[in-house]
Amino acid sequence: MATAEQPRLIAATFAQNRAAVAGLGLIAAITLFCFAGPLIYPTNQVTVQLGLAKLPPGGRFTLGTDPSGYDVLGRLMAGGQCSLELGFAVSVATTVLGTAYGAVAGLAGGIADALMMRVIDTVLAVPALVLLLILVNVVTPDLGVIILLLTLLSWLPIARLVRGEVLTLKTREFVQAVKVMGATRRWIVFRHLAPNAIGVIVVNATFTVSDAILTLSALSFLGLGLPPPQADWGGMLSGGLNYLFDGYWWLVYPPAIILILTVVAVNLIGDAVRDAMDVRLRHP
Amino acid sequence: MTAFLIRRIGQAAAVVAGVLVLTFVLIHLEPGSAARAVLGPHVTAGRIAIFNSTYGLNEPLYRQFGSYLAEVARGNLGTSYALQQPVSALIAQRLPRDLLLLGAATALALLIALPLGLYQALRRNRPGDYVFTGIAFTLYSMPDFLLAIALIAVFCVQLRLLPPEAPQATTVTGLLADPRALILPVLTLALVSVASFSRYMRSSAIDTLAQDYIRVARAKGLSRRLILARHVLRNSLLPVVTIAGLSFPAIVAGAVIAEEVFNFPGMGLLFYQAATSHDFPVLLGSTVVVGISTVIGTLAADIAYAVLDPRIRYGHR
Repeated sequence: MATAEQPRLIAATFAQNRAAVAGLGLIAAITLFCFAGPLIYPTNQVTVQLGLAKLPPGGRFTLGTDPSGYDVLGRLMAGGQCSLELGFAVSVATTVLGTAYGAVAGLAGGIADALMMRVIDTVLAVPALVLLLILVNVVTPDLGVIILLLTLLSWLPIARLVRGEVLTLKTREFVQAVKVMGATRRWIVFRHLAPNAIGVIVVNATFTVSDAILTLSALSFLGLGLPPPQADWGGMLSGGLNYLFDGYWWLVYPPAIILILTVVAVNLIGDAVRDAMDVRLRHP
Repeated sequence: MTAFLIRRIGQAAAVVAGVLVLTFVLIHLEPGSAARAVLGPHVTAGRIAIFNSTYGLNEPLYRQFGSYLAEVARGNLGTSYALQQPVSALIAQRLPRDLLLLGAATALALLIALPLGLYQALRRNRPGDYVFTGIAFTLYSMPDFLLAIALIAVFCVQLRLLPPEAPQATTVTGLLADPRALILPVLTLALVSVASFSRYMRSSAIDTLAQDYIRVARAKGLSRRLILARHVLRNSLLPVVTIAGLSFPAIVAGAVIAEEVFNFPGMGLLFYQAATSHDFPVLLGSTVVVGISTVIGTLAADIAYAVLDPRIRYGHR
């Protein structure tokens, strides 16, 4: 049950988890690198310069250049901006949309609930990547469009989770008790249902960030990602993998490492939030 | 149980109908795009009109959908623009190969993940747990294509143990005749699932171990092995079964990537090639087949759930 000391307890449990704190620090550092980095290390990420293609690291280009002559270190920052913006935008939009839909379905119940759930089942029945491959045939992808598409395909699990949570909470004794005491519907939703469902919502929001970044990288690998000169880490990586066996290691390892580190960090945070929210695991 | 089954199958039918509508509408959002994709960018308006009337694309959308449904009911999924073959034949060729690939990968994943998750739960927060958690996190955080290419780099280029291309035989027995070439595609798909299955098994087993009935069983003096096999394993299996059923779409998405990397002649590769060449009948047909498979998969998981958990008795609300 939600009490005043609960947030502090959750924060304390989270802080004890060193891996999660490290994850949080890592995300902060990577975000700083991507968004503040270009101020210190400005590079040209717009015009192709074939004369400067595939130069090894060192000298003017700290991490070398790619086949189009882009500075790899600078491109990690530019690509990271796209990957991170996409991850966070999709996560926020997904959470708002999914939570609202799930809460409405769970509170409404009956036929409305059944219909709303069948809509979710339908879209979930087709793999998101499959729907995306169809959709990028019909629309031209840019960052905004891909954020929109990923949101439309990612809000379903959280809607289902929130609905389930609302359904269980609705029947719990403490909710029945405040209802008997004459609490209004709005009071119940914001004072009792929301704080109790927030755990599921936050955990899901965290994992949505990493899923979105990975899905964009899969799209880039299939050649259906962001159009050049825009880039994301997945696109840099899949482009670099073409040269994996030719000795151009700086085209492969930097994007691979930063991509995996980011996703691992986000997942560590999500895992720790889940553990911190779960009362049963607190006293093993 | 019967009432539950009937209701559940009714729901499944509604979802299949929904998938048909959804896919059809998506593909026909932009009229004329199919003609331009097949005939090239410099095609004249006249040629587009001829193409559209040949394939019935100039009729109103609801009528196209009606005739599409009538054809689907007769088992006809249309003709591929690019390959000029019936879509149903293309899918019928590839589906058995995918059952082999996905079935082997999922079985391997469960075979590794269940004992691994249980081991981690028993050794919770000790070095062994940390090592496997680290490995699972890294695998889970890798793009599928990177994992596939890393496996090729190690096993094909460095060690020269396995071929980098999946077997190209047309039949399932033909695929099985070259098992070495199957190892890497199966392993790629399995490793991705192991990462998530073992996480679920671990937390599910931790939950179970904290239950009172485990304490009771221990107090009764049951052997550790009996407790693990009869109480912990069976009760921890439930969420994992659900997850395995629900992760079917994710496995299919992984298959699109893995089939592209290893050139495995399955549905994923067919679908990807159709997506890049705007081959709408193939896109539509294979999405419908995948959708129906997912619905059947979830249904099977639900029924398995009811069988595994005696507390769940559907039928009354």
